[in-house]
Amino acid sequence: MNPIKTFTKGGVHPEENKLSAHMPIQDFPMPKQLIVPLGQCLGAPADCIVKKGDRVLTGQLIGTAKGFVSANVHSPATGTVAKVDVVMDHTGYYKPAVFIDREEQDEWAEGILVTDELLTDIKLDGKAIIDKVKECGIVGMGGATFPTHVKLMVPEGKKAEYVIINAAECEPYLTCDFRLLLEKTQEFLMGVKIVMKAVGTDKGIIGIEANKMEAIELLDKTINEHKDLYSGIEVQPLKTKYPQGGEKQLIKAVTGREVPSGKLPIETGCVVVNVASTYAIYEAIQKNKPLIERVVTVTGKSVKHPSNFRVRFGVPADLLIEAAGGLPDDITDVINGGPMMGKSVSVTSFPVMKGTSGILLMTLHEAQDRRVTNCIRCGRCAIACPMGLQPFLLHKVAKHNDFDETEKNHIMDCIECGSCEFTCPANIPLLDYIRYGKAKTGAIIRARNQK
Amino acid sequence: MNKYTISGSPHVHSTENTQKIMYRVILALVPALLVAIYYFGWYALRLTIVSVAACMLTEWLIQKFLVKGPLTINDGSAALTGLLLAFNVPANLPIWMVIAGSVFAIGVGKMAFGGLGKNPFNPALVGRVFMLVSFPTAMTTWPQAQPFFDKGFFADAVTGPTPLGILKESGVGTLAEMGDMQFLDMVLGNRGGAFGEVCAIALILGAIYLLCRKVIEIVTPLTILLTVFIFTGICHLINPTQFIAPWYHLIYGGLILGAFFMATDMVTSPMTIRGKILFGFGIGVITVVIRLWGAYPEGVSFAILIMNALTPLINKAFKPYVFGVVKPSKK
Amino acid sequence: MSNTLLISLAVLGILGGVLAVILYFVAQKFKVEENPLIDEAEACLPGANCGGCGFAGCRALAEACVKQAAEKGNIDGLACPGTDMGKVAAVLGLTATAFEPKIAVVRCNGSCQNSPSKVHYEGADICAFANTLYAGEGGCSKGCLGLGDCVKKCNFDALHIDKETGLPVVDPDKCVGCGVCAKTCPRGIIEVRPRGKKDRRVYVCCSNTDKGALVVKNCSVGCIGCQKCLKECPFEAIEMRGNLAYIDPAKCKACGKCVKVCPRGSIHAVNFPAPKPEGPINDPKPLQGAEPVKPQAQPVEAKIEVKPENTVTA
Repeated sequence: MNPIKTFTKGGVHPEENKLSAHMPIQDFPMPKQLIVPLGQCLGAPADCIVKKGDRVLTGQLIGTAKGFVSANVHSPATGTVAKVDVVMDHTGYYKPAVFIDREEQDEWAEGILVTDELLTDIKLDGKAIIDKVKECGIVGMGGATFPTHVKLMVPEGKKAEYVIINAAECEPYLTCDFRLLLEKTQEFLMGVKIVMKAVGTDKGIIGIEANKMEAIELLDKTINEHKDLYSGIEVQPLKTKYPQGGEKQLIKAVTGREVPSGKLPIETGCVVVNVASTYAIYEAIQKNKPLIERVVTVTGKSVKHPSNFRVRFGVPADLLIEAAGGLPDDITDVINGGPMMGKSVSVTSFPVMKGTSGILLMTLHEAQDRRVTNCIRCGRCAIACPMGLQPFLLHKVAKHNDFDETEKNHIMDCIECGSCEFTCPANIPLLDYIRYGKAKTGAIIRARNQK
Repeated sequence: MNKYTISGSPHVHSTENTQKIMYRVILALVPALLVAIYYFGWYALRLTIVSVAACMLTEWLIQKFLVKGPLTINDGSAALTGLLLAFNVPANLPIWMVIAGSVFAIGVGKMAFGGLGKNPFNPALVGRVFMLVSFPTAMTTWPQAQPFFDKGFFADAVTGPTPLGILKESGVGTLAEMGDMQFLDMVLGNRGGAFGEVCAIALILGAIYLLCRKVIEIVTPLTILLTVFIFTGICHLINPTQFIAPWYHLIYGGLILGAFFMATDMVTSPMTIRGKILFGFGIGVITVVIRLWGAYPEGVSFAILIMNALTPLINKAFKPYVFGVVKPSKK
Repeated sequence: MSNTLLISLAVLGILGGVLAVILYFVAQKFKVEENPLIDEAEACLPGANCGGCGFAGCRALAEACVKQAAEKGNIDGLACPGTDMGKVAAVLGLTATAFEPKIAVVRCNGSCQNSPSKVHYEGADICAFANTLYAGEGGCSKGCLGLGDCVKKCNFDALHIDKETGLPVVDPDKCVGCGVCAKTCPRGIIEVRPRGKKDRRVYVCCSNTDKGALVVKNCSVGCIGCQKCLKECPFEAIEMRGNLAYIDPAKCKACGKCVKVCPRGSIHAVNFPAPKPEGPINDPKPLQGAEPVKPQAQPVEAKIEVKPENTVTA
């Protein structure tokens, strides 16, 4: 095993609470109707190409990507399109979606290989792999949902040296990536090989936090047993520290390189891909299977059976909560994603999407006393900030709408990890203000660049 | 069913809060208070109670009737100011002077700037310096430590000079004659001085607790102590008959109290490590300069206040290094 | 003694004199010639530097007026929303187009009663941020978030959040119609409309363009796009924007017919005289929505809503 590495600046260590770490992934039974949102990625929602009454097969394309940063959407089941309408997503906003009345049996669309066998022969070349990834609508499944094919396209003049797989899963509670690593080890490793081939490098590093020893050992063992298959892949244990899974922090920890401010990770010769996305890439390339399902962790301190489900997209989240033992009485906060970067949920009936890594039910007890008091200038936020920013200062200038100052103080470098707010003894919603400042500053910069 | 809470991420928070920080500092000062009661008896206890009560009452009155804002009397910061203020004055100081100092400390030192977190100066020190310039005689008449089982709990205080006072007035020779160079006695607190500052052992005990609970960082106090040690050490090496050995400077006066409990006050000290080093260095140098060449025997309070004033500038000058930003290289 | 006095007096006197001379020459050397008309034009403007005219401040607008007047002989297109530009034009020796006073109108009535909260918001008091986070406590994704970005931005102290309804209300005495609030609102709820003749105006108090079924879920007074008002209007002043009726202030004659037919009470008419007893609007208060057809549209809110607008007629 390699020695444990970590990033140097800042970071916090919230309670890990990996309650569902030992729950195997269960296939989640599909309900009668699936509601598939058309905007499942960062960027523009897909254009719907089916209409009411159409019969769609499992894995059939139903929405085509619109624009550069956008991803295709496929039907997660076989059935008839009941309507193309709007559905309330987790924020309470109405978003366009395709409603599919499901038939009992999955009838797979043409060309999709349905097999559990491990396919080790990578037939496609780099360019074709990226095209396939694009076609299959694969996005970053850690939560940011950035289209993966855009990431894999190494710009002209740049060279990818390392493929780094983000298996840190530094968010407390979440265990979906961990379970996937344990249960689909070989498929995952093949996925890493495919990504390496796609970007044209022979070095792949899997960064895992040291609290997932089981996975580290299993991966090490598998790589050693199949040296011919998985040559060039290394497992790098990382210190259990949040935000170890932040892209820039991960690169820093693994390679010691720093992504320059305002630049993309490729500047350091690294391409970072999430575990679930890597597995999806394997499925796409080897089996021609588009992204129609993912592993979702349903967890929380008072949840009866914290679980990991393999869920087709479009299943309403409340069914998952029901399957995990129902909604406990003391829940005040439902979160889509992890507790550090996830989003508050207004309604639990939202459909599972590509970015739904977890559904976290938080109790009143965890919410704690959030009375906001004066900033005592303790500087803990600045110490915790992994980007070396001064959150207390950014909070103040953003509050006063001084967007020149926010820009000067590198607000655009904020990765919104929430370490500052986590550590603040005065309970100031620092990140809220920083996000606001970042959005405004970003708009000003874009307007200026357009001139 | 509960209404769901909508909030921006993160949704979990550390259990730290301002109140806890303040009460931990108060707890860390308890050993020194006990030692003070042991040496100065009733006077120390009375003074502490009056000072803490006056500070809290002042804050409450101002918030209730002047500012009409939320009451933050529970957060412990006013109590801490009162405690630190009491620690910095002679035990036999008349009660009304302590009350005046407390009112000034909270009213002018803290609330005038907008309350906790907005004061540029350490309020306890503001109160102390106010008393020092207003009542110079009372504030420099120090009672001598006398264990209360010798003379009784309510024994009248016997006043006498502090080691630093002797040093200022008559030089190293006299100090040695008066037996004030017994290192052990000095460390244990058996000497004259403000009652909170005398026992270095109890203060360091509290400081270790704070360091373990990560309430304070070692950087500032360490820099202060090192600066004082090196500076006075150099002076001592140049002229041992005029300047006393550096280790005495560390334990005399309020250096330990100031370095660990007042210079580390979050509100009034810089935020970055480099800033803290400069801050500590500044306090050390000013302290030594006042002690060796200034008009007052002790200079920790002034040193901290002066550096408090410079804190905003230090914060501006020493920003943390931003991830991924290449420093402009100068040749 | 007297010597010392004399010397100091002399030194200071000479110093003062020399510096005065230097200052005079420096002032002469660096004198900036400015058209005095700018000062005069600026004096006509409110001096709040609200930015409603599109310039950095009142002086910038005055400068632009003077410049354009010199170049083109008119000040068309340059207008302070809160002032009669006729005064500025008079200063510059021109005639300006007629001034139409405007006022900000909050097009949402989703108060705590009309759109009861379903979730609880905890975080920064910034609408622009909350807008990215969720649809709103009441669930309406086009409704007012009530955190008061508009209030904070208003330079004239003309907007306040009503504690009971949780909605901003415009103080008609103070509002100059500069439109800063309208630009600030992340959901575009506030619109700047002409004040209308006798300060009477009719507008749709809703901004939700969603389908009626979705609107009904969250709000008891939201426009459902039934188009009854559209058919009723004799002047064709009402158009549909998505599923939302919009009254064009240029065409509206403030007859108030649409108010009566609206089944949701979404159309508000302000500063209308007390109606005749037999009329459908029995409220002794100025005309405020048609008689509520739906029981949810309680008159209590209606009163609260109209209060500040009342002050003009009172």
